Amino acid sequence: MNRLVVVGNGMAGVGCVEQILKHAPKFEISVFGDETHVNYNRILLSSVLAGEKAADDIVLNPLDWYQKNNIQLRLGVRITEIDSIAKSLTGDDGSTTSFDKLLLATGSLPLIPPIDGAKKDGVYVFRNLNDTRALLDRAGHGVRAVVIGGGLLGLEAARGLQVRGCEVTVVHLMDTLMERQLDFTGGGYLKSKMECLGVRVLLEYSTASILGNGKVEGVAFKDGSTIEADIVVIAAGIRPNVELARKAGLQVNRGIVVSDFLETSHPDIFAVGECVEHRGTCYGLVAPLLEQGKILAATITGNKGPRFEGTVTAAKLKIMGVDVFSAGDFSEQAPGTDVVRYEDAALGIYKKLTLRDGKLMGAILVGDTSDSHRYMDWLRTHDDLTLHRRQLLFPGPSEDTGLDVAEMPDTKVVCGCLGVSKGAIIEAIHKKGINTLAQLKECTRASTGCGSCTEHCQQLLKAVVPEFHEESEKILCKCLPYSEEKLRDIVRGQRIFAVQEVLDIYGNGLGCEICKPALSYMMDMVWCGDHDEDRSARFINDRVHANIQKDGTFSVVPRIRGGVTSAKELRRIADVAEKYDVPMVKITGSQRIDLLGVKKSDLPKVWADLGMPSGQAYTKGVRMVKTCVGTDFCRFGVQDSTKAGIELERRLEHLFTPAKVKMGAVGCPRNCAEATVKDIGLVGQEGTWQVVVGGAAGKRVRKADLLITVESTEEALQAATLFFQYYRENANFLERTYDFIERVGIEKVRRETVYAPLAVQQGLRERLRKSKRLARDAWLEGDEPRQPTQFVQIEPIEKVCQ
Amino acid sequence: MTSNDSKTRKWVRIAQAEDIPLREGRSVQIAGREIAIFNLGERFLAVENRCPHRGGPLADGIVSGRTVVCPLHAWKVDLETGRVANRPEENPCMQVFPAAVREGVVMLELSVPEDQPNAFQSTSVAQQVPQISSMSACD
Repeated sequence: MNRLVVVGNGMAGVGCVEQILKHAPKFEISVFGDETHVNYNRILLSSVLAGEKAADDIVLNPLDWYQKNNIQLRLGVRITEIDSIAKSLTGDDGSTTSFDKLLLATGSLPLIPPIDGAKKDGVYVFRNLNDTRALLDRAGHGVRAVVIGGGLLGLEAARGLQVRGCEVTVVHLMDTLMERQLDFTGGGYLKSKMECLGVRVLLEYSTASILGNGKVEGVAFKDGSTIEADIVVIAAGIRPNVELARKAGLQVNRGIVVSDFLETSHPDIFAVGECVEHRGTCYGLVAPLLEQGKILAATITGNKGPRFEGTVTAAKLKIMGVDVFSAGDFSEQAPGTDVVRYEDAALGIYKKLTLRDGKLMGAILVGDTSDSHRYMDWLRTHDDLTLHRRQLLFPGPSEDTGLDVAEMPDTKVVCGCLGVSKGAIIEAIHKKGINTLAQLKECTRASTGCGSCTEHCQQLLKAVVPEFHEESEKILCKCLPYSEEKLRDIVRGQRIFAVQEVLDIYGNGLGCEICKPALSYMMDMVWCGDHDEDRSARFINDRVHANIQKDGTFSVVPRIRGGVTSAKELRRIADVAEKYDVPMVKITGSQRIDLLGVKKSDLPKVWADLGMPSGQAYTKGVRMVKTCVGTDFCRFGVQDSTKAGIELERRLEHLFTPAKVKMGAVGCPRNCAEATVKDIGLVGQEGTWQVVVGGAAGKRVRKADLLITVESTEEALQAATLFFQYYRENANFLERTYDFIERVGIEKVRRETVYAPLAVQQGLRERLRKSKRLARDAWLEGDEPRQPTQFVQIEPIEKVCQ
Repeated sequence: MTSNDSKTRKWVRIAQAEDIPLREGRSVQIAGREIAIFNLGERFLAVENRCPHRGGPLADGIVSGRTVVCPLHAWKVDLETGRVANRPEENPCMQVFPAAVREGVVMLELSVPEDQPNAFQSTSVAQQVPQISSMSACD
């Protein structure tokens, strides 16, 4: 049996081996990798850095795959020499290995620009899993990070570090970001999106040196200016890793020169991936590399025939909330180029297409990449678009439904990265009995690249497998088939201010008791109260600001901040109870007083007589802060919990929340007001406050998680309000803090609130301030009803006796 | 609707249309009944203001298309037929009342005692009201 040795255990090398295995298994295969990991998806390293995926999640070929296919795997061994005459390799462990055929898939190396001090402790590159792990070890709250390079990789690294709590500055040599993929305008849109996320961007800054005595302390630029830094990430590009090939005497320019069949200048040596140069081009994106692998597999197994003829490259930025897509040639200079452009600065959307001879040459999409598949297809097929000229950016109604999987021809490529066609997916589903996305991924590799075709794969599964259940997110309700997260994006992105408008445009136009209140909350939260509140979309409690009871009467709970009242206030409450014949007066579990059985038409008068603000006991909003007596009278109190609790209630009262928010503040760890089982709790200790969140003592009992420990009362209030606003913005409607925290994870919550970059914290505070500015005591409506019949029955114009 | 021998059906003027906000309901006490009237934009519909489940005030419910959701336990009452949409097996049914708007006034067709002609200020107005096709489906 012939011996095939593969140098390089990355996506291109192993991808090619997978293809070779599909032909007759006529080789004894050995793979050498200088990293110590099995083959993983390098494209997703930025997701690992950002905490969206764990290192294990991005593994493409686990160890048992190598074993199952009888592949001898050597990890952590670097091949240092090729003897192309004796046909053998030498490794840095001293081993020699002979081969019949050799496949070079050595990939690329980070390009380190000539910068003084680039070897200092604290300077990183971002290329492999070890780099990512090293960065993760150093990243954290308050760490100042400078990323040199504003390309795809640099921006993804920047966002990842920022999510981990770093204060990030991206330094870029050119006058626009991602200049290889975007034009100047597109780069401008991208810059403002990055800045919105809290990443600082410096353009036209040329780095001269990295400062610091052995350890990074800052970065100096050629114009003489400097900035401080704790870590520096160099992401200035990549260069093909060709040293080994050059030493072996192969023909090498920028990359290892290969033919259309991926042959090098030596008859038994082949090359694939980022290390090769084909017709003068080196590819650095996954789709063309996997295509090369397919062709090389044919060549090397004696099925030589298919040619690699170069390909259109496409790039997608993988930063959540920053949609950027670029493909083909977007330059406008070439004679005969037509440019089609669309811009909406307020929504941050920019689209540009370039055409020549009626054919699509290039596309740039920023802010909305939903049409990228269509453009990619046109780029691949070179379709004449003359007939579509008026609908290039806005498909007509028939095409607007997206890619209809049923209509798609079998030859159509669904997964552009891995080159998997619809036919191949259908065949796999039928022959292998696939019925989950995970199985489809394992079997066909579809959607294991950039992942943007996941939706189409699911649609195909759904169409072919009757029992297929989408593993996608939970939709709000059948009126509106979107997740709440997606709906928040829609409301924000499309600037929709009315519930009915969302239902009309994105739903069935009707709405129901589930989606209407959820959308009402969403509007209030997204627009910080600055919107047209539609009362018809709200539950009766929120139309009349009282809690409906089983007999149609209402309960009235005035706000008694921190549970502290006075004789005068109690006397007024007693008078009201008598005057309106209130059937039951009850002390609640929340240190408040409930007047039960009040008629709707009496509500405005009851509120006026009470002269107290609404306690919001009827709504998904801020209920109360339960307090203990703290330091004023208690022998044990070490913190003034009463004052802190009242202040917390004052800062948050009248605001709406995804589900009710009950809070507590206790002056010592005896926890008399049960702060550790509240949504938000302040637990006083000698000299510090613990801010705890996500406690529950209702249907479930759950001890709250520690958010942060701080010294002053003000810091404790700040931390509590940061979490409060974060919960408001990210939880689903009716999701209590304890469910929210278990879904999201307390680590992420901490990272994105109290340990978030300053700009992110300021954003949360600013939106909370705006909401608070516009929020008002609902009971003031008693004096000024929104509508004349809000609290009363209709008096018939015409009287009819029975 | 069955009509008592001593009763007759008349159109009665109830309220200014703008007193019932869009997609909300309001209750009215008339002719010994409590009726919930809903403004659905292009038309008004009326039903007994008592959920067949536990008597909840339907006028306080959220409107979903041509149904209203009871605020107490979310039973869904079809305002055209009076049937409970999410309890088909129990088949309870509510009385519905023809409603119409004329010159900005919401009117209901009710059965009232015949021996009280004074009850109507103007039957001629009522006769001009276009007939509504949707009638009570339950008897």
